[in-house]
Amino acid sequence: MNDAVVLHFDVDGENFTSAGEASVQVKKTLRQMGFPPEVIRRVSIAMYEGEINMVIHAGGGKADVTVDSDKIHIVLADKGPGIADIDLAMQEGYSTAKDNIRSLGFGAGMGLPNMKRYSDHMEVESALGKGTTITMDIYLS
Amino acid sequence: MTVEALAKQLSLTALCLPEADRTVEGCYCGDLLSWVMGRAKSGDAWVTIMTNINVVAVASLTDCACVILAEDAQVEPQVLEKAQVQGINLLVSQKDSFALCAEIGALLS
Ligand SMILES: Nc1ncnc2c1ncn2[C@@H]1O[C@H](COP(=O)(O)OP(=O)(O)OP(=O)(O)O)[C@@H](O)[C@H]1O
Ligand SMILES: [Mg+2]
Repeated sequence: MNDAVVLHFDVDGENFTSAGEASVQVKKTLRQMGFPPEVIRRVSIAMYEGEINMVIHAGGGKADVTVDSDKIHIVLADKGPGIADIDLAMQEGYSTAKDNIRSLGFGAGMGLPNMKRYSDHMEVESALGKGTTITMDIYLS
Repeated sequence: MTVEALAKQLSLTALCLPEADRTVEGCYCGDLLSWVMGRAKSGDAWVTIMTNINVVAVASLTDCACVILAEDAQVEPQVLEKAQVQGINLLVSQKDSFALCAEIGALLS
């Protein structure tokens, strides 16, 4: 089994109702492929946080998931406002979410820390006014 | 203890129970979704006052056994529909989060 499975999603920035749909779909696919529950949990939670961030902070974006023999590779790319200070954004509790978003239960400033925690490797690239690309790897040992 | 048994013991109202036989192994209480995402464990009963559509995704991805809505929190029909489709047990109670967690704690110990 050398062929990698590739999943692609367009994440709609307008639609809160479907926010998280890509992550739920990935969870389903990984389950069908027979991955252990803990791997599925880590992948889908890390992806959900990134997906929601694209909806809330960047007006949507694209998500690509590659299932390889040794790792699951996630790329989340948006053309939003970018992140001015990545180190600051990575801190637990830091959030710029507005009140209307907070009233939905978001804005704890735990999304990026969760992504870091649940992935084995994570990189954040961002340029102000251009967008943000986050890559995450979860190794299959 | 199954979700169904828990519902009976705590006199919860079941809004939808697609997985009534699931076992409740623990409990987590919280309303900040990414906090719950980072901390709730598979098999937990999740007690919250949040009822928007994102609750269903969080419940599904953390694989919690059920969501218990405290203080009679109201749910939109579209949220219920989604919970049913995604196999999320959704229950509601008049009690507040503290009372619910205290009772669940006593039942599970
Ligand atoms: N894709 C993105 N584009 C622009 N800014 C972002 C993006 N992702 C995160 N940020 C910035 O980083 C901050 C921290 O993100 P993080 O996900 O940790 O918390 P949050 O989304 O504000 O709240 P939570 O995830 O707990 O609901 C955000 O408030 C926002 O300012
Ligand atoms: Mg976030």
